[in-house]
Amino acid sequence: MSEEKKVAIKKIQATGLMRKLMADYFYELDKASKEGSPKVAWCTSVGPAELLLSLGFLVYYPENHGAMLGATRAANNYIPVANAIGYSPDICSYLTSDVGAFIKKETPLSLAYKGIEGVPKPDVLVYNTNQCRDVQEWFSWYSKELKVPAMGISTYRNIGKIENYHLESIVSQMKDMIPALEEISGQKFDIDKLRHFLSLSYECTQLWKKILETNTAAPAPMSFFDATIHMGPAVVLRGNPQAVGYYKVLLKELEDRVANKEGAVEGERFRLYWEGMPIWGKLRALAEFFISLKTAVIASTYCNSWVFESFDPEDPFMSMARAYTEIFIVRDENFKEKYIEKVVNKYKLDGILFHDAKTCPNNSNNRYGMPERLEKKLNIPALTINGDLNDMRCYSEEQAKTNIEAFIEQLEAR
Amino acid sequence: MNYFVGIDVGASTTKAVIIDEKKEIFGYSVVNSGADFKAAAEEAFKKSRESAKRKASNKYSVLATGYGRRNVSFANQTKTEISCHAQGSFFHFPHAHTLIDIGGQDSKIIKVNDSGKRIGFKMNRKCAAGTGAFLEEIANRLRVKIGELNELAKKAERNIQIGSYCTVFTATELLTKIREGIDVKELIKGIFDSVVKRALEMDPLDGNIVMTGGVVAYNPFLVKMFEEKLDREIFVPPLPQLTGAIGAALYASEAKGDQNA
Ligand code: SF4
Repeated sequence: MSEEKKVAIKKIQATGLMRKLMADYFYELDKASKEGSPKVAWCTSVGPAELLLSLGFLVYYPENHGAMLGATRAANNYIPVANAIGYSPDICSYLTSDVGAFIKKETPLSLAYKGIEGVPKPDVLVYNTNQCRDVQEWFSWYSKELKVPAMGISTYRNIGKIENYHLESIVSQMKDMIPALEEISGQKFDIDKLRHFLSLSYECTQLWKKILETNTAAPAPMSFFDATIHMGPAVVLRGNPQAVGYYKVLLKELEDRVANKEGAVEGERFRLYWEGMPIWGKLRALAEFFISLKTAVIASTYCNSWVFESFDPEDPFMSMARAYTEIFIVRDENFKEKYIEKVVNKYKLDGILFHDAKTCPNNSNNRYGMPERLEKKLNIPALTINGDLNDMRCYSEEQAKTNIEAFIEQLEAR
Repeated sequence: MNYFVGIDVGASTTKAVIIDEKKEIFGYSVVNSGADFKAAAEEAFKKSRESAKRKASNKYSVLATGYGRRNVSFANQTKTEISCHAQGSFFHFPHAHTLIDIGGQDSKIIKVNDSGKRIGFKMNRKCAAGTGAFLEEIANRLRVKIGELNELAKKAERNIQIGSYCTVFTATELLTKIREGIDVKELIKGIFDSVVKRALEMDPLDGNIVMTGGVVAYNPFLVKMFEEKLDREIFVPPLPQLTGAIGAALYASEAKGDQNA
């Protein structure tokens, strides 16, 4: 009893296919980067990717690279490098680890994919401040360093009801970028191409949503920790037919699991919500820990952030503006609480975990009293775990585990 | 007769408590945890048996808790210190209450309802502020023995305010105050006051309050300061440092698990 039991994470069979897809994606980017064609755009994860695709760019997402640095536990080799040039340890650790890695000319891509020596060289950097200001600073650094234009969209933040003026502003900012983007890509903007990519993105989004919703079943077929890996294509390959194909396969596998009552966690006793960023360097350790506690973490804000309900090829600009504005991170506390409440009820959850990520206030929703309000309102307990997305100096494994274990003991005694 | 043992392996001290079937405390001990938790647990267990006034059988059910709970090789089960503290506290004080436990490396606030169920808890952040480690560090800086803090604080004639949160900043702030000629007694009272503030930042602290932990055991004046601040009587169990270990022993007595010889 005194030793932690060893547990195994159940393998998702579709993983191999996903790895192949991701490899193809990075090789294609690498080739373009080396040959200078097609042009490469860097884009923030909830930036106007479909617009860039429609103009013929291949799209690369530095946040995905940040997550790789975290997941491979390399981030802490690089964060200090960025700190040393004046980027504080208190700002986004995706930014600091990515910039630090760039300065040291290292990338996990070259370890994972033979022949790739560096991240793909951008021809343009396009951000959307809907998620945070850090992305703008991040792209500005590269813009100066690589002498590549950066441009972006400023989005209203902390919005309750979405008003037309919010969206009109975004529509005109997107349209204003087009001439410059046309010049860089050498292609004329074609609204039908935009419609095409939007409908592919929409299809991808709908499949991803269905995949997440398989977890309404008990036992839930996929853990949050699995989902953070399998959402890769929804982030970097949205607008690509491969992502759609992949999610059909994954959906089928998960539906089979549901039909066979096969849960991600053997003997599932409790079901939890994960609010906030993943702790990338500890995904596996946490996944195993929750399995040992027979607790399934099965719903999250994070994985749901790449569900873009409003994409509508009939009304491309306005619907993109809406889709990229109505996501959780852009909204006010009231919206966020109602959102979590709905998920808690829909997935029949027993508790909520808030991850207070030291370097990302934008995804740390415990800081304005939300856990306390939700506990009262929903009559389920909430727990805040201190940590970070990438900077493992901010995470105490022992303390986190004791807190989680105590939380589960509290649920047991309820 | 069956005997139940709770071992609480904390970051600075390891506590062992033996209770009998009637939930009477039979023997106990406190030893330093040092760097070998396994050895500390064994030593604490041995000493707790030696401290017992009567001879017990050799059959014990053991439940380990605390930071090093997984290192107790002879434990039948483990449970977190949060559950064990709640259990131990409710045993002495069977009403709804809020427990403030100030330990060596962390402090906890735990809420228990009228039937003894834990309804919430908070642990301080990953920092020494407001814990035993903080007091130790400051005592060290002031060249005062940790055991003298209570008496010195009591004798302070006026209150001074420490503004810093962090231990390092506090030490620097103290240097300034020493330069200003402020007496060490007042500095220590100021430090106690800073421990009170850290707890008040963690929770509104409504209703009945119980305080436990090693810091409370050795510094009753700190409890008095809490009472003044909260304007209410605070309940402290007879062996405040052993609360977690008592809770662990009580859990061991509830479980129908196997026994160790
Ligand atoms: S939302 Fe947070 S994690 Fe994402 S880029 Fe911004 S600061 Fe970094």
